[in-house]
Amino acid sequence: MSDLETFRRETRAWLEANCPPEMRRPMTSESDTYWGGRNAKFSSEPQRIWFERMRDKGWTVPDWPKEYGGGGLEPAEHKVLREEMAAMGARSPLSSFGIWMLGPALLKYGTEAQKKEHLPKIAAGLIRWCQGYSEPNAGSDLASLQTRAESDGDDYIINGQKIWTSYANYADWIFCLVRTDPTAKKHDGISFILFDMASKGVSTKPILLISGYSPFCETFFDNVRVPKSHVVGQVNRGWDVAKYLLQHERAMISGTGERGIGRPLGQVAADSVGSDDFGRLDDAVLRGQIAAFDIDEAAFAAVAERAVDLAKAGQSHPAFSSAMKYYGTELNKRRHEILMSAVGIDALEWESERSKGGARPRAWLRTKANSIEGGTSEVMLGIVAKRILDLPGA
Amino acid sequence: MPLVLTEEQSMLRDSARGLISDKAPVSHLRSLRDSKDETGFSRELWKAFAEMGFSGLLVPENFGGSGLGCVEAGIVMEEIGRTLMPSPFLSTAVLAVSALLRGGSDAQKSAHLPKIADGSLLAALAIDEGAKHRPLQINLQAVRSGNGFKLNGAKALVVDGHTADLLIVAARTGGAAGERNGLTLFLVDPKAKGIAIERTVMVDAHNAARIEFSSVEVDADQVLGEVDQGGALLEGVLNIGRGAVASEMVGLSEEVFGRTVTYLKERKQFGKLIGEFQALQHRASQLYVDIEITRAAVLKALQTLDGDFEHAGAAVAVAKARAGATATLAVQEGVQMHGGMGMTDQFDIGFFMKRARVCQELFGDSNYHADQLARMKGY
Repeated sequence: MSDLETFRRETRAWLEANCPPEMRRPMTSESDTYWGGRNAKFSSEPQRIWFERMRDKGWTVPDWPKEYGGGGLEPAEHKVLREEMAAMGARSPLSSFGIWMLGPALLKYGTEAQKKEHLPKIAAGLIRWCQGYSEPNAGSDLASLQTRAESDGDDYIINGQKIWTSYANYADWIFCLVRTDPTAKKHDGISFILFDMASKGVSTKPILLISGYSPFCETFFDNVRVPKSHVVGQVNRGWDVAKYLLQHERAMISGTGERGIGRPLGQVAADSVGSDDFGRLDDAVLRGQIAAFDIDEAAFAAVAERAVDLAKAGQSHPAFSSAMKYYGTELNKRRHEILMSAVGIDALEWESERSKGGARPRAWLRTKANSIEGGTSEVMLGIVAKRILDLPGA
Repeated sequence: MPLVLTEEQSMLRDSARGLISDKAPVSHLRSLRDSKDETGFSRELWKAFAEMGFSGLLVPENFGGSGLGCVEAGIVMEEIGRTLMPSPFLSTAVLAVSALLRGGSDAQKSAHLPKIADGSLLAALAIDEGAKHRPLQINLQAVRSGNGFKLNGAKALVVDGHTADLLIVAARTGGAAGERNGLTLFLVDPKAKGIAIERTVMVDAHNAARIEFSSVEVDADQVLGEVDQGGALLEGVLNIGRGAVASEMVGLSEEVFGRTVTYLKERKQFGKLIGEFQALQHRASQLYVDIEITRAAVLKALQTLDGDFEHAGAAVAVAKARAGATATLAVQEGVQMHGGMGMTDQFDIGFFMKRARVCQELFGDSNYHADQLARMKGY
């Protein structure tokens, strides 16, 4: 038996023994996600047990080095762990922008002191991070951001406003893009800096969205004092860090949705619209739409798997995450359009007991942001045109 | 298994690409078409294929082949797709070999596989009868008679049927059209009495035939597999063929796309390279993404065929449906972005469009496989 097969066997046994049954069911509400942080509360005892067991193995971040609180797994082992977790429907024990976005950027650009300071706290779910990127006048044109960081001895004084800051009102720290050189060209005067959201001068204001939820905030900085040692990478070279992080953000968003977990669309539709004597959906056009979706979904799962394998083989294009982000988010929007159509009238209830407070339509509306956040579909296609296809003037 | 080619597979791709791009660029197909070549492909090139080990790629080593798998067959098909090389590779090296391997007796394998591997025997699989691929609707009748069977009926779109030395015919020995039970595969000599073969040059200048069978006598020992139980065998062989054609469409799509992107960087209008226009950039990017996703889905299907054959049906349906849709989009965008030049016979792009149409139809189009997937998933 190869080492990998041994690892698979042991992993399966460990997961079987340690993942509580409640943590193997599809998530049904926002409280099923554990985000960690200073003020975090577990929504259930099984959630706490599952998180702590995974944390103790370093499996909240299985592929990070052990010295930073990770599991130290090789890529092939990490893949096995993901496959085994997916096979039993095990939930992710910890959701975190620290894991998905900041961590990879710190591992590449951080100083040893920064890594030692921040990575273990991310792995252990002690600090919840938010992302200070977009501004009211810097959306798709992110590099035109105007939040200023002015030098004052060993510190910067930060002034400005961010927008669409996910969960800023719950976050403990922020990784933030600020302009440190207002005279340089727009990409060249930006720095990537970390600071505590409890700092004097930081305030947040949730934004009510069409879903009725407020996952995003406006975030204001009024003379916030931050030590210069909190800059990641070189001063004025923050765009490099920002872009690298965006690759990870886009890869993360491309996987958004209930991919592979939850009930298959065909079954949801069958329960709702019914089937004919041959077991086929009683809506031939909807059936065709679902089949076309299932084909694209399966193909996308294959390309997601291949993207990891290509990266491991050193054959991937750094801009490929933009391609994945584009397709994955459009696919997730399609899934929810089909779900709304399949569930029909029952999916229209917004405030009722049986609809769990309108979970279905709210989730549908939430997906509309997928192709906007982290770079719009149009920006993604532009990146593919320029960086992969090398088209002129792109 | 990682969804990337191994080093050996990459080497196979390079050698296939070397031979095919050198000896059979698109101009090769064009000249066969224009000269109304009687064979429709180059026998000399098929000899070269045999020498390279391609004709016996799927044939086990003890029968004189290389004993490789579907991933490797797909690699060769993809290169064929890039230049649209007409070749008996699909009909003989993929379909016939798979049918013989999966259904044949030792005697049948010994009689045919070594000859396929050395390039001396060409074979063709006769399945379709109606306008659309519906293998369960097969209605060519095989009725027991003396020491064997008598075949009556007609087949269409028999790929390379006009040059075959051996036909593998799917017939109905029992049950009714639409039923899986009652199908049987037969090895038939195309020179047997009662067989009429009409070569039908197809829209893509590739080869196929309509074949009529009137009271054709076939010995019982020419049954491939079990009488009445050929449905599963046929489906397995078709799945391998679907994976192969999907690979051809990946190669075809990528080639068309590459030519189109090159054109976007050369053609000027309104004082600009047309590739500067965002309307075209975004469509090119979408097509790129589509092809990359389809490539992954096809490789997944081929790996599943090699590793877990009995459960490959869904992955194959996904691959063939995606590949058909992607190739259709690629050739349409290819012609449109080439503008008027894309409409000319002088430009190669139209050849790709024609071939894509045939590949889409072969062994089930995107709609067929979407329906199949829905059935597998129970809705």
